[in-house]
Amino acid sequence: MAAEHALGAIILAALVFYTLSGGADYGGGMWDLLASGPRARQQRTAIEHAIGPIWEANHVWLILVIVVVFTAFPPAFATIMTALHIPMSALLIGIVLRGAAFIFRKYDSADDAVHRRWSTLFGAASFFTPFVLGLSLGALASGEIRLADGRLATGFFAGWTRPFAAACGLFALGLFAFLAATYLTVDTETDPILQEDFRARALASGLLLAPAALLTFLLARAGAPVVFAQLTSWWGPPLVATTSTCALVALTALWRRHFRWARAAAIGQVTSILVGWGLAQFPHLVVPDVTLMNAAAVTSTLHALLTALGAGGVVLFPAFAYLFYVFKHPARPARAGQGDRRAHGRIRLAAAVVVGLAIVGLTVVLTLNDRERAPRRAPSGCRGRIVIVQPPRGQPLECVCESGTLSACFSPGP
Amino acid sequence: MSPDLTFARSQMALSLAFHIVFAAVGVGMPVLMVVAEGLHLRTREPVYLDLAKRWADGTAILFAVGAVSGTVLSFELGLLWPGFMAFAGAVIGLPFSLEGFAFFAEAIFLGIYLYGWDRVPAGAHWLAGVGVAVSGMLSAIFVVTVNAWMNAPTGFEMAGGRIVRIDPLAAMMNPASLNQAVHMVLAAYVATAFLVAGVHAFFLLRDHHDVFHRRGLGIALALASVSTPLQAVSGDALARMVAIRQPAKLAAMEGHYRTEAGASLVIGGIPDDAAMTTRYAIRIPRGLSLLAHHDLRAVVRGLDSIPRDEWPNTRIVHWAFDLMAGAGFVMLAVAGWSGWLWWRRRRLPDDRWLLRALVVTAPLGLVAIEAGWIVTEVGRQPWIIQGVMRTSEAVTPMRGLIVPFVTFTLVYVFLSVILVYLLRRQFLATEPARRGVDRGR
Repeated sequence: MAAEHALGAIILAALVFYTLSGGADYGGGMWDLLASGPRARQQRTAIEHAIGPIWEANHVWLILVIVVVFTAFPPAFATIMTALHIPMSALLIGIVLRGAAFIFRKYDSADDAVHRRWSTLFGAASFFTPFVLGLSLGALASGEIRLADGRLATGFFAGWTRPFAAACGLFALGLFAFLAATYLTVDTETDPILQEDFRARALASGLLLAPAALLTFLLARAGAPVVFAQLTSWWGPPLVATTSTCALVALTALWRRHFRWARAAAIGQVTSILVGWGLAQFPHLVVPDVTLMNAAAVTSTLHALLTALGAGGVVLFPAFAYLFYVFKHPARPARAGQGDRRAHGRIRLAAAVVVGLAIVGLTVVLTLNDRERAPRRAPSGCRGRIVIVQPPRGQPLECVCESGTLSACFSPGP
Repeated sequence: MSPDLTFARSQMALSLAFHIVFAAVGVGMPVLMVVAEGLHLRTREPVYLDLAKRWADGTAILFAVGAVSGTVLSFELGLLWPGFMAFAGAVIGLPFSLEGFAFFAEAIFLGIYLYGWDRVPAGAHWLAGVGVAVSGMLSAIFVVTVNAWMNAPTGFEMAGGRIVRIDPLAAMMNPASLNQAVHMVLAAYVATAFLVAGVHAFFLLRDHHDVFHRRGLGIALALASVSTPLQAVSGDALARMVAIRQPAKLAAMEGHYRTEAGASLVIGGIPDDAAMTTRYAIRIPRGLSLLAHHDLRAVVRGLDSIPRDEWPNTRIVHWAFDLMAGAGFVMLAVAGWSGWLWWRRRRLPDDRWLLRALVVTAPLGLVAIEAGWIVTEVGRQPWIIQGVMRTSEAVTPMRGLIVPFVTFTLVYVFLSVILVYLLRRQFLATEPARRGVDRGR
């Protein structure tokens, strides 16, 4: 596989991970806003617990997408960020307000009114942000963002202001809500009454997802012809069949209260939807003018990036697995501080030695780093009106000599 | 300069100025927290555990805001500077992706640290804290190498205005990287240490015998007295690098207009571009040659050797530099004072006057960081990549950039107000209920 395609696959994989983790966090925010009934408070607590430990980590998938796009496909990044300046800015505002509201709610007073105000902002931003995300992805698939001579030719409103893009936004909302509710049925296993609340929500959103998917598909015929043509080619039907099977399994499992099965099926459903979309758009990054091949950076960069991603993956996936393992693990008795063994000793001397060595070491390292660039002295007691001076780097300068010292200098120029 | 370029620069500056506070404290706090927990493991004194938990809580709030504002920056690179990213994305992408991983690692370790107090063995928990500190430092280093590349672009070849060959590793290890990265990481430690020391000193002025705050002050002062002198060394090396690589920036920093041998150091005053001199300044003869080249007679290039349309804004750069250096020397003096007291008495220096000084100097580290970034960014203008690409060539063709600028300004003001309120509440409200109570989750 060419490096370009490998990186395209990595972008898609990162988007799948973002949806499965970060997307579910957005969904959690929606259910937070829609929390109702006698157990609204408990629902919110359950959601907060589900999001709490790892939401910062989830965000990194989106950053990974951004970084891979601008490193491996710099012109594509410039095109996307210029054409979608407005929705992307809106997306950012949504991300900022959502993250801030979540963390502030946690650390603000437990007062109900204050809590509710942050919840409202958190929930509203959780609706708004994925909608704009869907809108933007829809715009990339629409084929309405065009280039002429490598420059954006269609202005700042192409693509994302169309019904197809709006349908993509709604579909993203539904997908994230369904995913979150399904996850939450598993997270609330210890509280069957709360679990029933989330089961009802998962079923409702899962059923609503079907018409949303159909609407998006139908609008794609006119709104995203290139992608639509791909979706209806030979591999279209098996893909739709896989997605539908996963959806049916998820709904049935929810109905029959096999919540772990439901979660697995929902993950399968979301993955096949995104992979299908990726295949349909392949090899375009922005349909139809920007492709993986014509936007790719030089090979040395692509290979360095692949190496970095590989090495990073080797380190991070085990760490991520450990994080999940820790939270499935029962809590141990709290650590008690006891004893009064003093930590004083010869720290004083040791600290002085450490500081001294560090200063010396840093000086040596930084000086060595500078050595090759040591400056040239000025001709002492310069003679003549105009003298030539060689600065440490670059062109020699012509300087005016007044009463034995240099005054104004000029670059002689080319 | 077109108004849209001004707004684009202002929005970027604002986003960076906001983010850097949280990024810097996010690099520094984990060090304090790990030291406190380590001391707890050694001495079994419960007060150290209390400290570690309180500091970890503060880290969590700040890290979350830092993560979100960092996401904003990665988008804004493209939203505001598509020309720069299309040109340079492939050259500087490697450190960005490594930074992504370091950030990921930091989030994972912080997750284990915050929620794992009762779930993982004590030693592993402490190691998770070390992981937070190390990965935080690494993210800072990686991101700073990108900025260093903008100051000292290397690792690529150009033909016909396009980049044709790239050596991503050489771009990352550019001549400015080491100096800038060391300076930023140390700045984060100094700023955090002074901030935290100031808070604990404030409470000690109320109750001189509070063990919690005495231990907290001790750890913060230890970090301050180690990192502040190192920062002076690193600043000196960085200035010499700038003198060679970016003479326009150095000349603007120092308000130095005319190229001369044995140049004097200009402190304060008002740079006057028309008259080519800095008025009302204090001058130390031969000081600049000594600082910039470690040689009393060295030639220091002035702004006169730079074409007029390649000068940065001299007033902003000169004043920001003096502010940074001034703050640095005040902090060096305070760190030296407390280190000396500790050396003589072999116990926590707790003179009332020292405590008052620490309260006053608490924000100076952050002030120095902001001023330092102004120096390096405004000082590089009109270039976005020194000598290669102008900022005006990089800006988005989007019009009406005042709208996102005003919107983001309002959002950041709103966030700052709330955040200050929350952190203040966190400190004051939990104060009486603190001792001996396990506030862990």
